[in-house]
Amino acid sequence: MKKQDKILTVILLAALFIFLIIANLFLDAYIKRVLNLCAIYTILALSMNLINGFTGLFSLGHAGFMAIGAYCVGIFTLPISVRPANFYIEPMHPAIANVELPFFVALLLGGVLAAFFAFLIGAPVLRLRDDYLAIATLGFSEIIRIVLTNMQSITNGPLGIKNIPTTANMWWIYGVTLVTVIFLVLLISSSYGRAFKAIREDEIAAQAMGINLFRHKILSFMIGAFFAGIAGGLYASMLSTVDPKNFIFTLTYNFLLIIVLGGMGSVSGTIISAYIVTAGLEIMRFFDEPLSIFGVSIPLFRPGLRMVIFSICLMIIVLFFRNGLMGNKELNWDMLRGLFSKRSKRIKGGEAR
Amino acid sequence: MTQGPILETKSITMRFGGVVAVNNLSIEVNKGEIVALIGPNGAGKTTAFNMITGVYTPTSGKIYYEGQDITGLRPDQITEKGIARTFQNIRLFKKLTVFDNVLIACHLRLKSNFLTAALRFRQYRREEQRMREQSLELIKKFGLEKYKDDIASSLPYGLQRRLEIARALATQPKLLLLDEPAAGMNPKETEELSAFIREIKDEYNLTVFLIEHHMDLVMEISDRIYVLDFGETIAKGTAEDVQNDPRVIEAYLGVDDNA
Repeated sequence: MKKQDKILTVILLAALFIFLIIANLFLDAYIKRVLNLCAIYTILALSMNLINGFTGLFSLGHAGFMAIGAYCVGIFTLPISVRPANFYIEPMHPAIANVELPFFVALLLGGVLAAFFAFLIGAPVLRLRDDYLAIATLGFSEIIRIVLTNMQSITNGPLGIKNIPTTANMWWIYGVTLVTVIFLVLLISSSYGRAFKAIREDEIAAQAMGINLFRHKILSFMIGAFFAGIAGGLYASMLSTVDPKNFIFTLTYNFLLIIVLGGMGSVSGTIISAYIVTAGLEIMRFFDEPLSIFGVSIPLFRPGLRMVIFSICLMIIVLFFRNGLMGNKELNWDMLRGLFSKRSKRIKGGEAR
Repeated sequence: MTQGPILETKSITMRFGGVVAVNNLSIEVNKGEIVALIGPNGAGKTTAFNMITGVYTPTSGKIYYEGQDITGLRPDQITEKGIARTFQNIRLFKKLTVFDNVLIACHLRLKSNFLTAALRFRQYRREEQRMREQSLELIKKFGLEKYKDDIASSLPYGLQRRLEIARALATQPKLLLLDEPAAGMNPKETEELSAFIREIKDEYNLTVFLIEHHMDLVMEISDRIYVLDFGETIAKGTAEDVQNDPRVIEAYLGVDDNA
């Protein structure tokens, strides 16, 4: 990295820090919630991009791994005093009824458990390819959710868990997001990242070059699941509730949308599109509300229109911008400089004439 | 050589359902030799290669590398032992750069795990530095330096073939398997290639086992030749032996029934 780029990066991080201070002080709870959600979706989409975009494994199991992390934080950070009120149908299983963990420990445990289940699922399933793998992982993600819904004494079943301490404030969420981004960028630019890309490009050639396919595939799958679990934990703590219905498999499509829009195999594209998609879904909420112009109510504006508009946007992307925002390129300082210098040249050229 | 052959197949047979692709193939390749496997289309040459490199497990028979039984090992395990290969229809990592293509082939010798690699521990940084130096050296050696940061699929065909050999050498093999290295090359390029194969063989202390259609190339560089036809070994020996073998002539030119 050039010295100038280092300085720019430090400035960017400082700007983020100052922004967070200002956001914490002045923005209202709703906007803060949306910003937090954007960051959590960034983690989820990035970890899914590691599996799908960088390693080339078409996996749709992310909602399930997220659920594991969310439940882990929900169950273990719930104060013992409020547990009876939560688990009123069936009391909590005695083995865990008196176990309360600090938030950070529960968060890590959630990630580790998600990675563990990724190993159990991946060991048989990663032999499959393409759509077969997608269907199998999708199925397992649903299995995880259904098992969680039916373990009444551990997860409180369909009632979900309420009153989880909201430890995950903006600092927590942005801190974890930053660490995730840095770790994944470093991993992807390391020799292991190159091996993942080799598998994506050509499995047979990768194997002939001495890359152990299974080991690397499951490694990528487990790291992806780990961060999905972490993001799930943050999500549970942010919302203060866990509801099994949140983790239905359609949630995975949101992450898929983010990585397709951002560019399969681009970290910066994923981050940008995580914000566009998450914030966009919030901004478009007015489509769901009744609208009247000059006293005439427009019948089209009703709950559900938001998703229609959203789907149309998605179709446009898939039809015309198949590589997403960034393709598999990365945004870097050189590129930005190029963008600005081109623009300033153009302006100068204009003045000369 | 006194230690015995570097590669030895003991009557390996490959059956796909009712089709016998390769039957009772016994090959010996000694250290430092250039051995060729030739035969008409569909003779089973590539199947033989795929058995040696672990893509297929032979239906029967054994494969020994440096006296070790390697039958049924996975391709990556076999590459780790020191057998590298190229492919008949080039299989580069098309969307990655020339440099990355070679660098990826160094990955198998990496000792750091993913955590120490991602967190850039000193051991990893040292290893990464060494891999980069090795790759760069190979790229220079192969005259691909000016294409270093180009996307592999953008190279001209001949250079892609060259890159594939460079990539195979980055795995630090002792035995190099070349599957039709001269396919699609003109006579001049083929001539250059044969000189080049000799050169890298000496420089990297290799043993070369190749499949080829270009007879000029095969006759010129091979120490010994095996001829396959319909999965059967119909001849073996030096270039002259094979050229004069009536069965080889028959296989290549056909035989006149009325003669």
